[in-house]
Parts: sequence; structure tokens; C-alpha cells
Amino acid sequence: MDDLLIARSLFGTTMAFHIIFATIGVGLPLMILAAEILYQKTKDRDYAVMAKRWTKAFAVILGVGIPTGTIAGVQLTLLWPGFMEVIGLVMPLPFQIEIYAFFIEALFMSIYVYAAERIAPWLRILSLVFVGIGALSSAILITNVHAFQGTPAGFRYENGKFSDINPWEAFFNPSFFVTAGHVALSAYIVGAFVVASVAAFKMLKNRSDSTVYRFHQKALMMSLAIGGIFSFLTALNGHETAQYLHEYQPEKLAAAEGLFETQSYAPLTIGGFTDRESQSVKWGIEIPWALSFLAGNRFDTVVVGLNDFPEEWWPPLFVHTLFNAMVGIGVLLILIALIGVGWKKVWKKERFPKTLLWIFVISGPLAIIGIECGWIFACTGRQPWVIYRVLPTAEAATTAANLGILFVLFFCIYVILSIAVVFVLLYYFRKHPVLDDLKRNGTMISNTKS
Amino acid sequence: MTNALIAITILWGFVFIYAIMASMDFGAGFWSMVYLNRKKTRATNVANRYLSPTWEVTNTFIVALVVAVYSLFPKATNTLGTILLVPGSIILLLLALRSAFLVFSNIATEYKKPLTYISGITGIIIPGLLISVLPITHGQMVDYENGTAQLNFAKFLTSPNAYAFICFAIISTLFLSSLLLADYSKVSDEKEAYTVYLLQGKILGPLSLLTAFLIMLTLKREASWLYDRMMEDLLLLLLSTLLFFIGWASLFFPTSKTGEKGMPRIAVVTVTAQYLLASYVYGKAHLPYIVYPNVTIQSAFTDPITFRAVFFTYVVGFAILFPGFLYFWSLFMNDKRYLRQQ
Repeated sequence: MDDLLIARSLFGTTMAFHIIFATIGVGLPLMILAAEILYQKTKDRDYAVMAKRWTKAFAVILGVGIPTGTIAGVQLTLLWPGFMEVIGLVMPLPFQIEIYAFFIEALFMSIYVYAAERIAPWLRILSLVFVGIGALSSAILITNVHAFQGTPAGFRYENGKFSDINPWEAFFNPSFFVTAGHVALSAYIVGAFVVASVAAFKMLKNRSDSTVYRFHQKALMMSLAIGGIFSFLTALNGHETAQYLHEYQPEKLAAAEGLFETQSYAPLTIGGFTDRESQSVKWGIEIPWALSFLAGNRFDTVVVGLNDFPEEWWPPLFVHTLFNAMVGIGVLLILIALIGVGWKKVWKKERFPKTLLWIFVISGPLAIIGIECGWIFACTGRQPWVIYRVLPTAEAATTAANLGILFVLFFCIYVILSIAVVFVLLYYFRKHPVLDDLKRNGTMISNTKS
Repeated sequence: MTNALIAITILWGFVFIYAIMASMDFGAGFWSMVYLNRKKTRATNVANRYLSPTWEVTNTFIVALVVAVYSLFPKATNTLGTILLVPGSIILLLLALRSAFLVFSNIATEYKKPLTYISGITGIIIPGLLISVLPITHGQMVDYENGTAQLNFAKFLTSPNAYAFICFAIISTLFLSSLLLADYSKVSDEKEAYTVYLLQGKILGPLSLLTAFLIMLTLKREASWLYDRMMEDLLLLLLSTLLFFIGWASLFFPTSKTGEKGMPRIAVVTVTAQYLLASYVYGKAHLPYIVYPNVTIQSAFTDPITFRAVFFTYVVGFAILFPGFLYFWSLFMNDKRYLRQQ
């Protein structure tokens, strides 16, 4: 492997690992907040117990999310000094403002956890709102940097020199809102379906007439409702994201769809593998005219194909598969949520069949695979550029050699942390079963009443 | 003051705040490990009471610091990123272990011991590595090949100055955290923990001063340009030493008629002022170089319009955050209900 590939693999591994925790870290506070609000509304103690237990899980997740985020932030400078030089010059504001989002999240997370019993309930909820805002803003802001990489703005670049720099114009680059929205919405999907997974799994392990089963069923219904809403919103926003690609990064859309020839009435190809030799997608299902409609809301929209670009500008063609996986999972999650909510509320069924529960169990891992595919598609689809048509990835990388050892070391740390975090979560929730929390919470409240 | 000078002052401010907060943080983690088996002193409890709510906030400062470097001095990122790749990566690896296992040790209580050992030991190595960034920027360990900078590990590993800095950072971490925890246990009414931390402060104080002298001694041989320029402010360095002695002596003062000894709060304040003065003299002498002799604050400085925008976010950001910090402080540093919990 050459140094560039190792640098990309190292940073890619860091990100692939970090975004699992970062995404749950954005999604979970919304679930906790929803539980807290439901508790205040219904006075059903189960929701208070949910909020308490999810907060514990959230703290553990942050224990990995924060240090891996620190690694990602610093590794950017260590591995991509050429890129960060440009970012520092033109686009430092999102990183800068993200710091304040981190501070808000860190301050109010500690207040919510360690000062909970000393502050008024409304202040507790407010702290949680701040934690949520902090987490959400940091996701939006870091995605803004990614948006800038795809649709750079706010400077002039001539003969290797940057001039007419306007950092606020860079900040509000064309794809900021649509891209950041996509990441924020999909983070809420992940938070919700991860909760749904655990709840469904617990329902499988408990008798359907037990207190524990009913507790988890409430969590499941809540997470399916929230997950469903956000899956639907993400799909709407995803459509807009694709149209932005059509407008700003046409070769990325062409690679995503395996489209070689520029054409109107372009077909949408689902599945299959893009073949460079025959310039076609093999074993895919073609839906006539659909891509044109997707790109421009009209069937006669001309969609640019890969052949209009020099081959060295083509993104890797496997992004077609990643794109399909992301969209496919998104659609599947909408269906899962609809079936789940419909089963209970429309068909008024008393119990979920085992098969359906197992489908809910895999929804969480599916959601995570979905965001991983989406993220790899978004970054690989931009290659060979680190900043679209301005800075090639190869020129941004560090000149230092011996990255191989670092790659191995970081990989080992991520393995250790993965094992440890799973172990700690399993250990904690085995030691503190739901039933204990429900009982303790019950006596605590009846004590205060008497 | 030129914009570049304002920028380096902001950066230096972050370095200083992080250095003090990280010392308290890593030190508290270390002491919480050391006294794990001596439950009676409750020294571990006091350390954790401080550490649990603060570590995330402290950690944010290191990110703020790195962001400040490349947004204020983007043209230094190439050199800094390259020469700090290996030490920076090792710091990141240790920091990941430290933070994660710190959280894990509070959740998986049955495995508290091994988890605390991992976070305590990795935590005390980190300050030593963090400070090694300073001797690296002095330039004598950096080689240039076709215009790109590379860190010369042989020179780094055989540099007495680098080892002096590392010793200084570790001893200072232990010293500062002892002072803070002495003060913290005093207001928390933890008598036995107080005695423990006070004694540590008394012993570690002179050691920290000794390592500071070691730095100057080795600096004279390895980076005489820096040494000479620091000596131009000898008066401030002497004042800094005086502040140390006031702080150290305050640990022996009687505070009440019942015979209780020590005023750790005075020590925390004067010793922080001591470090502030010394680091001011060091920073001033280091100017205008970020990495001697090729990268200066002028050559690395960002675009003036970008600087204005970044400066604006600093002012607005910290104005918004300030009440949050105050509220945080009142809940965890000043609330008797939190401090005196059992």
C-alpha cells in the first residue's frame, strides 16, 4: 500500500468507528428528552426509568464518542495538513463554532447527570435540551465542512493562491443546509432504531404478560414512531440531496447510478455492479426515466454521464453499491416503522409475532450500516478531490512515512474500545435489571407522596 | 498590537488554561488510582468528585487548542502536523484509553480496580508527552529535507532538555492537582483526604521548582537563543519563583485556633500565578517563532478577513458560554450539597 492509501485507510477507520458513537450520541438525547416529556405528560414512571437508563447508556457511549472525536479532530491536522491549511484559511468557522457546541454539551451533560437531584425538574429538562442542541449542532457543523468539500465557496483560487476570502460565504456554502439536514435527520433515525432493537430483543426474552415486557413495549412503540417520522423526513431530504449532486457534483451522481452516457429520460438502476469495461451496470434492475425525474423532477431532464468527464476524475465505481445500500435501508426502515405502528394502532393487535420482533431487532444494526454506507459513499464519491475541483486528496496528505505502524496501533485501540464498551454496557444492564429500577422508582415516588 | 500578536495571545491563553485544567484532571485521575485501596482516607472519593463532572469540559479545551492553531495560523499546520505526527498520535491513543476507561471505571464498579489503573497510568503519561511539543518547536530536533520538516527521533530521545520538560510536566501535574484536591477536600470537610493531599503538596512543590531549574539549565545548552531571551525577563522569573514560595509556605500557615494548618486556596492561586508568569516569559521569548527558525507567527498567520470572523466567534461564543461556566462552577465547585455528599 502506498502512503496515501494508508493515510486514507487510517482516517477512514477512525471515522467509521467514531460515527457509530457520534450518531448514537446525537440520536439518543432526543429519545431521552422524549421519554422525559412523556413522563411529565403521562406521569407514567416507566418513562422516567427509560430516561434514566438511556442516560447511563449515553454516558458510556460518550466515553468512546468524545475521545474518538478528539482523535478525528486532531488526526485531520496530522494526516491532512494540506487540507487543514486551506480549511484554516477559508473555512475555520464551523470548527470554531463546534467548540462552543462541545462546551454546551459537556457542561450540561454533567449538570444533567451529576446535579439532577439538586436542580428543579424544568432545569433538568432544560439541561437535556442543551445537551441535545450541543450534540445536534456539532453534527451539523462538522457536516458543514463536508458540504464545503463538495461545494466549495467563499474564495477565489488562481495559480495555487487563495484570494477574496469570505469565511461566512464559505460557511453558508450551497449544500450546507441540505447536507447537514441529511446527517442530522439520519442521526435521529439511528438513535431511535438502536433503542427499538434493544427493546424488541428484551421483549423476545420476556413473557408477554410481564411488567418488563410492557416496559419495553412502550420503549419500542416510542422509538418506532420517532424512527418512522425521521426516516420519512430523511427520504424527502435525500431526494433534495440527490438533486444537489445533479447540480453541483454531476460525476458523483453519475457514479452513484452507474450512468456513463449523458442522456434525457435516464433510467434509474437499482442493484447490480458497475462494470468499467462494458460501461454498464450488470445485474441491476432498470426503472426507465426514473433517474431524470429524480434529478430534476422532469422526465426529460438531461443527466450527465461519466463519459463527459476525464477518467481520472471518476469516483470509484463501487459507490453505486453503497448508494443503493443507503437508499434501500432508508426505505426498509420506513416500512418497518409503518408495520410496527400499524400493527398496534391500526390493526389493534395485542402482541407482536416473534418474526416481527426479530425484524425490529435488526433495524438498529441496519440503521448503522445505512449511515456507514451513506458516509463512505459521500466521501469516496468525492474522490479524487478532498476539496472538489480545488485540492486533490493526494496533495493534501502528510509527507511523513511510516504510517503503517500508526494504522495498526489505532486499529488495535478501536478493537479494544469496541470490546470494552460492549462489555461495560452488558455488564451494567445485567447488574441493574429494569425490574429493580421500576421497583426502586416506585417506592421512591410513593415515599415522597406519603 | 498586531493581529498576529493578538492571535498568538489567544492561542497562548488556550494553552495555559488547558495546561492548568489538564494538570488538575490527569493528576486527580492518578491520585484516585493511588488511594484506591485506602478507602478510609476517602482521597479517591474526593478526586472522583472533582473529576467526574469536569473531564469532558477539560477535554474540550484540547480540541479548542488544536482548532485555534489551524484557524489562526493555517500556514503552520503543514510543519506542525508533520513533525508532531508521531508524538501527537501517541497522545491521542493514550487519551482515548484514558477517557474511555475513566468512564468505564465509574460504570462497571466490580471491575473498578483494573479500569482505574488503566486510566490513571495512561493519564499521568499524557502531560509528559503533551509538553514535549514545546522542546520540539525549539527547532534543534527538526531536520529539513527538500523543504519539508521531519522530526529527528534520535535527537529527541537523547535530548536532556526534552526529558527535563517531561519531568517538569509530570511533577507539575502531581503538584497542581494535589493543591487543588487539598483545597477541594478542605471545603468538602474531608479531613483525612486533606492531610494526604496537603502533605503531597508540601513534598512535590520543591520538586517541581527543581525540574523548572533543570529545564533552564538544559535549555542553555540546547536552545541558547531561547534561554538568552528568557533571561532578559529575569525579574519576572524571580517574581514567579517568589510566588511559588508564598504558595508553598501557605501550606504550613495555621488557619484556625484549633490548630488546623494550611491555606491551600492561597497556594492554588499563587502557584497558578507562578505558572502564568513563567509561561508568559517563555512564550514571549519564543516569539515570533512557532517552530524555530522557519515558521513565525507572521509567516503562518491566517487571512485578515478570516481572522476577524474567527475573533468575532470567540467573543460571541465565550460571552454566551460564560453564564454556563459560572452555573457549572456554582454547582460543582461551590455547592456544599455536592461537596459534602457521603
